[in-house]
Amino acid sequence: MAETKTVAPKESASVRLWNWLTETQVWTSVFRHSRPDTDRNRVLVMLSNVFLHLHPVRIRKSGVKLRYTWCMGGLSFFLFLVLTFTGLLLMFYYRPTLEYAYTDIVGLREHVPLGIMREMHRWGAHAMVITVWLHMFRVFMTGSYKPPREFNWSVGVVMLVLTLLLSFTGYLLPWDQLAIWAITVGSNMARATPFLGHEGPGAALLRLGDVPLIHAYDDARFALLGGSFVGEGALLRFYVLHCVGLPLAIAVLMAVHFWRVRKDGGISGPL
Amino acid sequence: MPNLAGKTTSAASRGGAAARLGTGKPAASARAADDQSPLITRRAWMGVAWGSFSAASAAALAATGRFMFPNVLNEPPQQFVAGFPSEYGMGVDERWKERNGVWIVRTPDDIVARASGFYALLVTCTHLGCTPNYLAAEAKFKCPCHGSGFRTTGINFEGPAPRPLERARIVLADDGQILVDKARKFQQELGQWTDPEAFLRI
Repeated sequence: MAETKTVAPKESASVRLWNWLTETQVWTSVFRHSRPDTDRNRVLVMLSNVFLHLHPVRIRKSGVKLRYTWCMGGLSFFLFLVLTFTGLLLMFYYRPTLEYAYTDIVGLREHVPLGIMREMHRWGAHAMVITVWLHMFRVFMTGSYKPPREFNWSVGVVMLVLTLLLSFTGYLLPWDQLAIWAITVGSNMARATPFLGHEGPGAALLRLGDVPLIHAYDDARFALLGGSFVGEGALLRFYVLHCVGLPLAIAVLMAVHFWRVRKDGGISGPL
Repeated sequence: MPNLAGKTTSAASRGGAAARLGTGKPAASARAADDQSPLITRRAWMGVAWGSFSAASAAALAATGRFMFPNVLNEPPQQFVAGFPSEYGMGVDERWKERNGVWIVRTPDDIVARASGFYALLVTCTHLGCTPNYLAAEAKFKCPCHGSGFRTTGINFEGPAPRPLERARIVLADDGQILVDKARKFQQELGQWTDPEAFLRI
């Protein structure tokens, strides 16, 4: 009998190209593990990636059940990312001054290619408010606020307030009639704050002899608007709060919120 | 090995002064030449460090809070001169509405003062703060936001406004011109329209 030699079939060109590519120094410096075909590699996919390491390596089957979670928290986060990205794009064409604010928003629709970035940002904002409320409703209905998750519930409530504040500050930026009067009415609430608002209870008590410490040009509403009425000061302040201040605050709280979900037993865990 | 009794930092924590006195050294206020106990314990130093850090942080926070109150405003002043009384006819004058936020109204017989003269109405609707429009044909102020209606006297008669428009202080300046001062306002429902500075008798 003649000897038969077993020879591995010659790999196709694409396979050889892939094998070469994934063994280059560039590739192996970025990806420190091979494909997730072993349990070790499946773990390393999560652990060696800064974005993915916020995820647990494994989740319960109930964690992906839509009937259990509604996925509203995830949707809220996804919408936040969409809003951040579309908002960033809007910032390339929008100037927060009395002279340009309104016309720049019109320009974003008429002059900028595609012309729907402003609408996508607005729809995303409406949708995020809805998903955040539904997420809160779901958490309540599944009892996921009970110990040890009570702290995370509180963090979530603060994030709800920040979401609504983001909507409030963003609403002024188009500088149209709807915006100006809505913010006028809304910010008028601040002047009725106890002690800190010039028309609130207790403000008259805060005075040094004859000099009032709290008045129309020196109270919480004045600090919010940067003026005594909704004008250029309010527009710039709301712009900074909307684009930088509030997103930073809510991002920090998101990190705390996601972290606490994991530490308290993972998404859709038993109570 | 030198005798370090009473000269270590732990000895100082336990009461370095007592240790020094125990070895017959001079009074605690004067340190001996070879005294190696610390001038300040580690614990005390940590207190100083944390204390000054907290004070500096509190000061920075206060400064940030003060930062939010601008010193300069690009707004028209609360007090302004509105021209001579002879420049006004009877009725509502809107020339200062846009810039200064008041209507100057001249009347032959004011409902409160029972005399002819001027009063200044603030252009802020008493419902939620929008700016009403003056409808000359119907002789009323009508707010576009929620439909509050006010007579030319400022009295609310329709819509959700709970009280009349507010009047601003109005007096004669030294040169005979009308001076309007929004820093002082008068509310009818508090009986303040009887104040002499709420109505300028001409």
